[in-house]
Amino acid sequence: MTRDGDEFRDSSMGTAELHRRLAAIWSTPSGLWGALSTVDHKIIGRRYITTAFVFLALGGLLSMLMRLQLAQPEARFIGPDRYNQIFTMHGTNMMFLFAVPVMQAMAIYLVPLMVGTRNIAFPRLNAFSYWMYLAGGLLLWIAFVVDAGPDVGWFAYVPLSGPQYGAGKRADIWAQMITFTEVSALAIAVEIVVTVFKQRAPGMSLDRIPLFVWSMLVTSFLVIMAMPAIMVASTSLILDRLVGTHFFNPAEGGDVLLWQHLFWFFGHPEVYIIFLPAVGMVSAIVATFTRRPVFGYLGMVMALIATGVLAFGLWVHHMFVAGLPRLGESFFTASSMAIAVPAGLQIFCWLATMWAGRPVFKTPFLFVVGFMVIFVIGGLTGVMVASVPFDTQVHDTYFVVAHFHYVLVGGAVFPLLGAIYYWFPKFTGRMMSEVLGRWIFGLIFAGFNLTFFPMHILGLQGMPRRIYTYQPEMPWSGLNLFISFSAVILAAGFLLFFIDAIRSARSGSLASANPWGATTLEWATSSPPPPYNFARPPVVESLEPLSGDLETLPVASGLRVDRRELLTSSVVHASPEAREASPGDSIWPLWAALATTLMLIWSIFSPWAVVWGSVPIAITLIGWFWPKGVPEDEA
Amino acid sequence: MRTARALLLSILVATSGCGGQQSALGSQGAPAIHVEHLILGMVAVCAAIWILVMITLGTALLRARPRTARQDDGSEKPLTMAVSAAVAATTLIIAGLTIASFYTTRGIGLADSTALTITVKGQQWWWQVFYADSSTGPGFQTANEIHIPVGRDVRLQLESPDVIHSFWVPSLAGKQDLVPGRSNSLLLRAEKPGVYRGQCAEFCGLQHSHMAIMVIAEAPGAFEGWAATQRLDAVVSADSDTAAGQASFMAKPCAACHTIRGTPAGGTTGPDLTHIGGRRTIAAGLVETTRGSLAAWIADPQTHKPGNNMPMVSLTSTELRNISAYMESLK
Amino acid sequence: MKEKVSSFSNAAFALAGLLFLAVSGGILGWFRQPRELRLDPPVAADLDRFRLMPNGISGSPPESYFAIGKPYESDAYNLSQGKRLYAWFGCGSCHGDGRGGVGPSFLDGWWLYGPEMVSIVASIRDGRPHGMPSFRDRMTSEQIWQLAGYVQTIGSYTPQVAAPSRNDDEQTRPAENRGPAKILFDEGPVGVHPDQGPTP
Repeated sequence: MTRDGDEFRDSSMGTAELHRRLAAIWSTPSGLWGALSTVDHKIIGRRYITTAFVFLALGGLLSMLMRLQLAQPEARFIGPDRYNQIFTMHGTNMMFLFAVPVMQAMAIYLVPLMVGTRNIAFPRLNAFSYWMYLAGGLLLWIAFVVDAGPDVGWFAYVPLSGPQYGAGKRADIWAQMITFTEVSALAIAVEIVVTVFKQRAPGMSLDRIPLFVWSMLVTSFLVIMAMPAIMVASTSLILDRLVGTHFFNPAEGGDVLLWQHLFWFFGHPEVYIIFLPAVGMVSAIVATFTRRPVFGYLGMVMALIATGVLAFGLWVHHMFVAGLPRLGESFFTASSMAIAVPAGLQIFCWLATMWAGRPVFKTPFLFVVGFMVIFVIGGLTGVMVASVPFDTQVHDTYFVVAHFHYVLVGGAVFPLLGAIYYWFPKFTGRMMSEVLGRWIFGLIFAGFNLTFFPMHILGLQGMPRRIYTYQPEMPWSGLNLFISFSAVILAAGFLLFFIDAIRSARSGSLASANPWGATTLEWATSSPPPPYNFARPPVVESLEPLSGDLETLPVASGLRVDRRELLTSSVVHASPEAREASPGDSIWPLWAALATTLMLIWSIFSPWAVVWGSVPIAITLIGWFWPKGVPEDEA
Repeated sequence: MRTARALLLSILVATSGCGGQQSALGSQGAPAIHVEHLILGMVAVCAAIWILVMITLGTALLRARPRTARQDDGSEKPLTMAVSAAVAATTLIIAGLTIASFYTTRGIGLADSTALTITVKGQQWWWQVFYADSSTGPGFQTANEIHIPVGRDVRLQLESPDVIHSFWVPSLAGKQDLVPGRSNSLLLRAEKPGVYRGQCAEFCGLQHSHMAIMVIAEAPGAFEGWAATQRLDAVVSADSDTAAGQASFMAKPCAACHTIRGTPAGGTTGPDLTHIGGRRTIAAGLVETTRGSLAAWIADPQTHKPGNNMPMVSLTSTELRNISAYMESLK
Repeated sequence: MKEKVSSFSNAAFALAGLLFLAVSGGILGWFRQPRELRLDPPVAADLDRFRLMPNGISGSPPESYFAIGKPYESDAYNLSQGKRLYAWFGCGSCHGDGRGGVGPSFLDGWWLYGPEMVSIVASIRDGRPHGMPSFRDRMTSEQIWQLAGYVQTIGSYTPQVAAPSRNDDEQTRPAENRGPAKILFDEGPVGVHPDQGPTP
């Protein structure tokens, strides 16, 4: 209390002086050390997004290899062993290394800005999370490159992935990669929940939180509740394989279906972990490009929460043909179908917004329109596969492949691409090309539908999934060839997107603070934002804080400028509660991640790794949390 | 997109008439016919919904707008009404589809008490089929081919000694998994004679792609005739090639994995070959059974079906010719 | 300043990434598992041409075995195939789960003909006195090598990374990748049976 004299507070400071002091205290030092030790949520978020898109490109390459192999019957480009690795890698990579991380990465960057704070909660955990994610991704891809990639499907059903039938370390690498990505996902989820609950700008009560932030909050709770199931499952699998436990061995009292229950108890919420952030992105884009707030804010929030709750009640619809009791299955038919109601409500609210607003057809909005067209098909086929008898015919066929690509690409990747176009100026300070954007949208939209729509028909014609080839007498070759050619169009669209993103990041036209005329807080600061995000914490008085003049946005003051400090606020009303120190840069999260990586990879080979590998982890954690003699935060 | 929809519908209609193929839309058995009706009904309802949503979307985006800057007070009310009505309609449609699904489920699972029971075991990567003892004779074993009488319920007992497989003959019924440690069952019923192809639908390893099964539905008389033939031991024809082939088969590793009833060959890890010449295909639906395809398969199984468990046995060309002749003769 | 930080951080990261990639690639490359599903017939035939010492114990494998990288001792896929063959060809009816029965144990510390691959291959292919039958006409040479590699892992005192894990059956002993011979060594040698052949 005695040392924080007024000269260290921002209250009476001039703007230039304030910026100078804040920059000095919040900036990441340049150089390698700075890059490795930064805890700035914007740098880490950007890194995360870039890495996830690299994985998207790699996963896309794999899908092109599969399309090459499937273009004609009994093709010999790729043998079964490699093909099984490729489709496993494609699914695993897209789900665990692209879809979930990229959504969370968008949140890492955007949520602190949208709630008007200076850094994410637990910034060092955030840095740790990125290193873990990178290590998990490298583990998987290096294994694939050296021909030890998992070949058991992204679902890794036992016993095929179990000790008897999964020779070598391939399935272990898959299972341990899960641990890496889930640790990082859980870390982000916790950060987001705390950031949203405790770090919102003064006045941002629960009913003034932007829909994107709501969606990430619900998503984070889904992550916290769903991911432990898969970590338990994958760890049990490694134990079965390495130590010889019997979790999944029917002869010793284990159960093969236990795996499926655990996997899908995570696996179905996973779909909503990917889709709900997209709901938030669509809402943000729709609001900005129809020039009005999203219709039915309360309904949208309720739909998000309802989807999140229902998401845990329908995992069994992935197991309709596993031989479970019919009565139980019928319950899951009803719950799976019921989730169409909140999804429908969201669609109708967006339609109403578009109806009442004045649409501006910029690229982000085009992607949202494409999302509406595609996702509705995916949702409707989802209703179809929720029916037990319907599912017995299409389960594990190309109908399902079509269905979930319509849901995941249509429902998540289209909004994500729109979101990248939308927030790119905020990330980089430069605009992406509007002309190229239209081409990219056109190519991806056409390529996507031409590629995946025929798969519905292939599925109904009896083509199963996960086959590396099919026989010439089957009537599938024509459509498969057509799909393979269409996939080239789709790939061309993505290629153009990557070119545009890289080109724009270097030499796109400079962006103003709020190029789209949006109304949420991330646009209240410069593009890209300074290291401290906001010179003075904004004060929120409505759902659309920027609907008035940027100059008249009220701000709070009284924070210290001689240390990293941010404002914490109450959960419901977001009334200011305390000034809280925000941790400085640290290299320890990287060391901790490396130590954890060592332990996790080692433990694929020897159970003793868990014992001896804990020692370096303990050392790095001690370093991480070593008391610095900084006084506790003042209330 | 709308044309694509129309295309699908036309294809649905076009394919629903033809039989024999491996298609959920060419159903020839009671369970599959029920499901096909459900599929067509749901596709029609969902297509209609999609078209409605798209019309709304198009109108919302492109309609002429009043010149006033923003419609605020009052104008939200019709929107609220419209959204509420749409949600109510969604709920009703969903409830309707759920009930339709329940009724279909009830229609596809009940076998009558006179059902013929056949045990099917999924192996990496072929199907082992056991016919139980019956009033007409003792049980027997075959592989990759199931014969069933037309117009009679058939209950398949599905088991797996290794990994999870899924039995799926779309023209006759939906699929059912074969799970180690469990015994599932599936009702089949063919209304018309024919050959119905199916294949494994759960990823089961290297040769998941080549794990097909043929279901052959025949008139009851023909079925009994076939069963009577299957019960017989293998007969060696007088042909010298064939006899030499049998001798080679017994002397080589072949006999260690395959059974040919009526001979010393009693291996149990590979398919029973007692009547292999009478089956339509070899290697789980890989190729049609001819002397040539048999020779090609035996000469180099790992090229045709990489990773399968049949080893390449080194044979002279004469031995190969004789063994294929012998195989072909085992009708 | 800010620009500089981000571009430098990207470069640093690419560097760190590459470094990590190289190191991990090296480590994993060590455990590389090329999966040859089809052995060329000439190589398969050559596998039969190993040379044995006159007393039938030890000897040298054919050159081609080294040329293909000794896959039957180190490759997980071949070892797991060997484990299947152990069950399929009824080895357990005499040797039990590896601890012997009518036939000798593989994990009591005694290899009657030595633990070399060629000895085991020869035992399987040609049979041995006192009851070990010849499998020459029942298995192909590749299968014999796969089985021999597997049998070697049962009795190995240093558990191998590539060795198979437990089966989905009732468990009677630790799996091969746990080094059952090492774990069960305390049970002591079951004693040399003169009726089972020459002492080592």
